[in-house]
Amino acid sequence: MERKVHVQTTINGEAAEFLCEPRQSLLECLREILSLTGTKEGCNDGNCGACTVTMDGRIVTSCLVLGVEAQGSEITTIEGVARGNELHPLQKAFLEEAALQCGICTPGFIVAAKTLLDQEPHPTEERIRWWLANNLCRCTGYDKIVKAVQKAAAEVNQ
Amino acid sequence: MSTQYNVIGTRPIRHDGADKVTGRALYGADIQLAGLLHGAILRSPHAHARIKRIDTSKAEALAGVKAVATAADLPESGEKIVDLGEGATPLSYIRGNVLASGKALYRGHAIAGVAATSQHIAEEAAGLIEVEYEVLPCALTAPDAMRDGAPILHEDLHTKEFGETTGKVSNVADHFRFQIGNAEQGFEEADLIVEREFHTATVHQGYIEPQNATVLWNNDGRVQVWTSTQGSFAVRDTTACILDLPVAQVKVTPMEIGGGFGGKIPVYLEPVAAVLSKKSGRPVKIVMSRKDVFEGTGPTPGSFIRVKIGAKRDGTFTAAQGYLAYEAGAYPGAMVGPGAMCVFAAYDIPNVTVDGFDVVVNKPSTAAYRAPGATNAAFATETVVDEIAEKLGIDPVDLRLKNAAKEGTKRADGPKYRRIGCVEVLEAIKASAHYNAPLGGPNRGRGVGIGFWFNAGLPSSCTISVNADGSVNLVEGSTDIGGTRTSIAMQAAEVLGITAEQVHPSVVDTDSVGFTGVTGGSRTTFATGWAAYEAAQDVMRQMKERAAKLWETDASEVKAEGGVFSANGKRMTFAELAARIGETGGPIVGRGAVNPRGVGGSFSGVIADVEVDPETGKTQIVRFTSIQDVGKAIHPAYVEGQMQGGSVQGIGWALNEEYYMDESGTMRNSSLLDYRMPTTLDLPMIETIIVEVPNPGHPFGVRGVGEANIVPPPGAIANAIYRAAGVRLRTLPMKPSTVMEAIWAK
Ligand code: FES
Ligand code: FES
Repeated sequence: MERKVHVQTTINGEAAEFLCEPRQSLLECLREILSLTGTKEGCNDGNCGACTVTMDGRIVTSCLVLGVEAQGSEITTIEGVARGNELHPLQKAFLEEAALQCGICTPGFIVAAKTLLDQEPHPTEERIRWWLANNLCRCTGYDKIVKAVQKAAAEVNQ
Repeated sequence: MSTQYNVIGTRPIRHDGADKVTGRALYGADIQLAGLLHGAILRSPHAHARIKRIDTSKAEALAGVKAVATAADLPESGEKIVDLGEGATPLSYIRGNVLASGKALYRGHAIAGVAATSQHIAEEAAGLIEVEYEVLPCALTAPDAMRDGAPILHEDLHTKEFGETTGKVSNVADHFRFQIGNAEQGFEEADLIVEREFHTATVHQGYIEPQNATVLWNNDGRVQVWTSTQGSFAVRDTTACILDLPVAQVKVTPMEIGGGFGGKIPVYLEPVAAVLSKKSGRPVKIVMSRKDVFEGTGPTPGSFIRVKIGAKRDGTFTAAQGYLAYEAGAYPGAMVGPGAMCVFAAYDIPNVTVDGFDVVVNKPSTAAYRAPGATNAAFATETVVDEIAEKLGIDPVDLRLKNAAKEGTKRADGPKYRRIGCVEVLEAIKASAHYNAPLGGPNRGRGVGIGFWFNAGLPSSCTISVNADGSVNLVEGSTDIGGTRTSIAMQAAEVLGITAEQVHPSVVDTDSVGFTGVTGGSRTTFATGWAAYEAAQDVMRQMKERAAKLWETDASEVKAEGGVFSANGKRMTFAELAARIGETGGPIVGRGAVNPRGVGGSFSGVIADVEVDPETGKTQIVRFTSIQDVGKAIHPAYVEGQMQGGSVQGIGWALNEEYYMDESGTMRNSSLLDYRMPTTLDLPMIETIIVEVPNPGHPFGVRGVGEANIVPPPGAIANAIYRAAGVRLRTLPMKPSTVMEAIWAK
């Protein structure tokens, strides 16, 4: 086994450090080492978006990032979206609009959509569809997901 | 109609909602246990090969490897025939699909499993297993496999014809026929006959969460399984059967499940993980890669179909004939039976003959996929019906209305319909804003299609216990894939006169609830909802007795309405009475265990507007409406969600999705980039029209909603493409190259 690497990073606003093998993906580090299993694996090759997290404010598919690359960066995962006990407007909207069925894609969608709303408070339907095109959902047909993002956008801007 | 209910028909937030939007919900792959080992599966690189020798010594010698398993580690299955809910099947097939013995029958067929201290080591070790293969020629499609001289998959498979074993060895496991009236005579009465041939590709359910299983073979001999499955009892029984254990020696804890659509009914990993756990003495988790999911789990059959329909000048159908050859994959069991029952199920035709062929081919063993078998068949029928409408100059909806199945219509396979909603679905199409709206652009066309699915009953169990605060705990065994905890809790709440939020539903392990069939067949809200209804009735009986005790009257005097008990001018709310159950006799637990008969079939329809790019052949869906008779929508938002999800799977099936196989039987597009499922950008909003023709066989009129919606999209889209581009397509998927070739050939 290769020597493990010591990685220091910030996850959901808190300092975090872990030891990982150089070949381990960030997704693996989050799930297996840090027990942050809210980030999901659907393909492990960048094509489903279930593993979406943000790295220094940009969305990345964490299966395509190495754990060692997280050194010094700021990571946000689904576990960091709610503010304490209060759900984020996106999380509320996903529930109110029934935007999830099985829910395996939901963490990825919420993290991706939050990044959009953080940058663009008034996205059009087309813009939302463009932004979320890297996130696959097989259950919903996306209709209610897009509507939930629209609803959350309206609420965030109130 | 809906005014008579307080809870049913409303849209409460699902009970598992907070867990699922915060990442707290635990799915199968999320489980972590002390000493957990990680597993990997070695799979056959050949579509058809004799396994001459397996040498696992190098894998076993790798540091970190704790156990290796092959088929030799599974108990012999002998000649045993088992029925695990999907009909009588030789155990050797089920076992053989879990780990190949003798022959590999498809590329991706599991050969061996490894457990190691990390995923990376397990994968490395799997690569060190040496397998000597004798590669055999392969048969990849139904027509290929049915040909004389085709490579034979199973030397012991004797073709069954019309229920009798013929003694002939071939790849056709079964040839059956459904017949009513006299088709030949019916065609003679017709003024117009249209007969066409269709090919549909193998497609995958495409759930986002790969299969997974974690197993601990404990020191007391009990086998504990944690997995994402549609049916925890199905996993228990299948695993026990393969391992030759008494069923209750296996305990299955269903984790949250990331989609299934029929594909998470079969067992793949559990017996392998169990053997690895037994050998290593530690819990073992195996999670499939996406490639494993495509190559190693059951897709839905590709098919060859011929459909012939005869009609009089006024549009009346006089006869129909169907020939359906479905690819079962490596082991018999293509869903051709249901396909043949559904092919003309939406129509009242007096003379029908349908021939079905269950054909084994060198592809993964197929599994159910949302209304299994029906979508392929409806693609053929709905295209032919559309052509008849065009040739006779009749509006396609009117033609369908004229021939629509209704109460009393006899289906080709025998049964007569009870109250059904086929006509109501067609009328809803006709009355819809969408059907009457202009197309709004060049190169556009509108198509319609309808479809049918039976829905299933099957056993379900539920218990409800009353809490002193007036809430109740509901325990059930149906794994929740799309909000069924809530749709079941709502039915209990309706009976109890409390709110949905006052019901706390839990999906529990196989030790903790009575037998419950799979979450499939659109049955969960119907059947487990019914069990909850019964359990709630049982609670109400006991609550009335307690009220009677307090009021010193007879229980038959106590009335209950809207959550209030009353007798002789005295009143108590559910909560007030719940607070006093301790003093009136102790805990109240209601039970419901059902195996319901009154299953109500569901009809659905689609209106699809497409725009076909004449330069590239790419088809864009510009507007889409799904219409379905659901009986009664318990939670309308989740009903719409099922309709939208099924529609979009149908759109993917119609336009893009296929197993793109090369001649050697290798799937060349086994990633989610190349197996192109619809994304947000490919789609408009999906409009829904819920039709409610109550099912007389269910206390609340529920039919079930999960499946019928996937049936009509490919036919409707083919019909829309015809109107947009002038070409009739009879091959799925209708990808750009297929469209272009048809345009060029025009
Ligand atoms: S798991 Fe990373 S994109 Fe699918
Ligand atoms: S809700 Fe199941 S994949 Fe999106």
